[in-house]
Amino acid sequence: MSVHIRSFPRILKHGIAGLALSASLACFALPASAQTLTAVMQSPLRALDPIVSSAAISNTHGYMIYDTLLGMDAEFNVQPQMADRWEVSADGKTYTFFLRDGLKWHDGAPVTAEDCVASIKRWGAVDVMGQSLMGLVTDMTVIDERSFSVTLDVPTNLILEGLAKIGTRTAFMMPKRIAETPASEQITEHVGSGPFRFVSGEFQPGIKVVYEKFDDYVPRSEPASWTAGGKVVKVDRVEWIAMPDALTTVNALLNNEVDFVENLPYDLMPMVESNGDFAVEFLSPLGLWTYYRFNFLHAPFDNQLVRRAAMYAVGQNDILMALTGDPKFFSNCAAIFGCGTPYASDYGADIVIEPNIEKAKELLAEAGYKNEPVVILHPTDNAQVSTQPVVIAAALRAAGFNVDLQSMDWQTLTTRRASKNPPSEGGWSIHTTTGPLIGITNPLINQTVATSGEKAWFGWPDFPEIEALRGEFARTSDPKRLTELSAEIQKKVIDEGVVVPLGQFVIPSGFSTKLSGVLKSPVAIFWNIEKAD
Amino acid sequence: MNAAMPRYIAARLLATIPVMGIVAVVVFSLLRITPGDPAAIIAGDSATSEQLEQIRQSLGLDQPLYIQFPVWLGQVLSGDLGTSLISGVSVSSMISTRFGPTLALSTSIILFSIVVAIPLGVIAAWKQGTLLDRSVSAFSVLGFSMPVFVTAYILVLIFSIMLGWLPVQGYRAPADGLWAFLSRLILPTLALSTAYIALIARITRTSVLEVMGEDYIRTARAKGLRERAVLTRHGLRNAAVPIITVIGLGITNLISGVVVTESVFNLPGLGRLVVEAVLARDYPVIQGLILLFSFIYILINLVVDVLYTLFDPRIRY
Repeated sequence: MSVHIRSFPRILKHGIAGLALSASLACFALPASAQTLTAVMQSPLRALDPIVSSAAISNTHGYMIYDTLLGMDAEFNVQPQMADRWEVSADGKTYTFFLRDGLKWHDGAPVTAEDCVASIKRWGAVDVMGQSLMGLVTDMTVIDERSFSVTLDVPTNLILEGLAKIGTRTAFMMPKRIAETPASEQITEHVGSGPFRFVSGEFQPGIKVVYEKFDDYVPRSEPASWTAGGKVVKVDRVEWIAMPDALTTVNALLNNEVDFVENLPYDLMPMVESNGDFAVEFLSPLGLWTYYRFNFLHAPFDNQLVRRAAMYAVGQNDILMALTGDPKFFSNCAAIFGCGTPYASDYGADIVIEPNIEKAKELLAEAGYKNEPVVILHPTDNAQVSTQPVVIAAALRAAGFNVDLQSMDWQTLTTRRASKNPPSEGGWSIHTTTGPLIGITNPLINQTVATSGEKAWFGWPDFPEIEALRGEFARTSDPKRLTELSAEIQKKVIDEGVVVPLGQFVIPSGFSTKLSGVLKSPVAIFWNIEKAD
Repeated sequence: MNAAMPRYIAARLLATIPVMGIVAVVVFSLLRITPGDPAAIIAGDSATSEQLEQIRQSLGLDQPLYIQFPVWLGQVLSGDLGTSLISGVSVSSMISTRFGPTLALSTSIILFSIVVAIPLGVIAAWKQGTLLDRSVSAFSVLGFSMPVFVTAYILVLIFSIMLGWLPVQGYRAPADGLWAFLSRLILPTLALSTAYIALIARITRTSVLEVMGEDYIRTARAKGLRERAVLTRHGLRNAAVPIITVIGLGITNLISGVVVTESVFNLPGLGRLVVEAVLARDYPVIQGLILLFSFIYILINLVVDVLYTLFDPRIRY
């Protein structure tokens, strides 16, 4: 067979004609577009199990398709959500929950008390607050189809706060057959009873997630407030589109290709603000905090005085300016439970907010620092955590530390920080990260203050007295005593340098003015939003 | 095509089996010694060491490599590339979903580049030393030098934001409508084909110039053929081998390496999937993709080798 070069144009022509014909025919089969809200979220969704994954985006996904027994309103009050009501026994140890009428799973089956008990057990096996709670639970009994009781060994309302918890690993309710999946394995079926239904056939990990309004969802009658109140869905469909490029995201918003951008980059915000067809708001009123953690297992930070020296050396303004570029986006805060939250305390503000290099040098000399290398892990591919290590390194060098700033991608960092080896043998001395403020509002949900040694979060601080205070916090219901305990924990955590707050910041969201009813909440929520044609 | 060709093609196809086997072993081993932990991606920032270990166990990542590898190889041999560690979606399904945008973009870029670059190169060779030739050379230098993302942003600014003619981003399958499909390919094609047009035009010019000094060209002219016929029938055909090589290389690069273009135009293609899978250390996805790319590379090289014989009958295998 021989092909002459002159036959190529003919082949090409026929090929294009064929493609055009098939595409033209296909376009007649297009479905009419329902009212769809298109959003670009803070990060692509890949892990669909909001109990196994503590990623913020998995939690937001959880709020789309699952519901919670209890919700939390903007005043930090616990409110009934799937529960119609709850009753507390006279001794304050037994809580009985009664489910609302008409609750259904997305597969049409009714929500039962058995489902809820199984869901609470799975959540309690892995969540830091759930684990504390399960330590107090002596019995969970299904009373009938729509009610169950939980008995604790002490009178505490921890169960209410736990079941209403916002942030990571919320206590989402799932059908029993799904909730019986071990908490270390991801679920493979995504059936909830929330206001939206997950469209599994259109899920493209890291690219696109589609939710449809769940027609059988029965919203509460109260106005929506954070995760409490009526979750009234006013659009047919919500699509989350992942966009890896920030400028493309903003251009797509300005070109009306997307309706909502959860996190607008600070430097591109003026492009949206200057256009009257778009709104820029800080939808998460609490925002995020950033912090750093010492490795308590190895020198030099196995020495309390050296840790204190480092804390004096680093100033919050330098960190936050490098991170956000403008003081209007951040605030200084020494509170380990977050400023603006019920247990906020300003103990330690004189240590962690303003830098004091002279004091740091003095403490370093007093500590007998032997010039051991301080290995700081520096992730370069994650904008929210890439600047802090550089600023910390500069401050520590100014104070006389021997700093080794090691750059790597975030994934390498997640492996590296789990290493308990000495810094010179593949370990580390300091790592930084960020997190939603709503996830640290008390000593039980803020796992950075857990100090159970080898079992604690990376850094492995071991302070039994702090653990004892946390234990007492779990077993106390008196509000005054809870405040006292959290203040004591704040003092000890700062004194020991268990975690070092670097301040708080907010991230703007941008959306089309075609959208109305966009609610403020610590987690992005899509109920109550209307979209004009 | 000579009689030995089918045997040659069969032999080359058979040779892909050991090559793919070697690729599988190398990729599997390299990935496991690279730092990183898919369990950390699944569990998120707040997970403790204990929780990460439990997830690793549930995924089988705590097993020694000599146990993990045969399990994976067995799956692959039975046609199952496994499932993503992160999302639980099957690797075959992820790859097939992402293959469409990449194929559409690659095809569109290659076709556009060939249609523009080969005539440009031939004309530049034909008019050697003239303003036209120098303009083509200048364009080639510019095409090589301009980063793709800069070209891309400029195109978006003009055609999407200022004129509103074309969408900024995204991909639609042909089934969603011809214009919806094509309109999202125009800007990425223009942005990325600049470099390919520059490369192919330059190679075409050089190759054509080289053959135009040959005796058979002089003979063709001496027997009274028109210059156009000399150029296309004798010049271009004999200059085709290096041009086909460059186009073949271009196709392989396009299928696996258009990460920047796919990111800037938000095209959900294979290039982005590679980067996402590598960053998440999603081993089954990376392994599946590398196997696919290896196979495509082998196949395209084979096609290029066969095409050599069509354009230059002196080449025999």
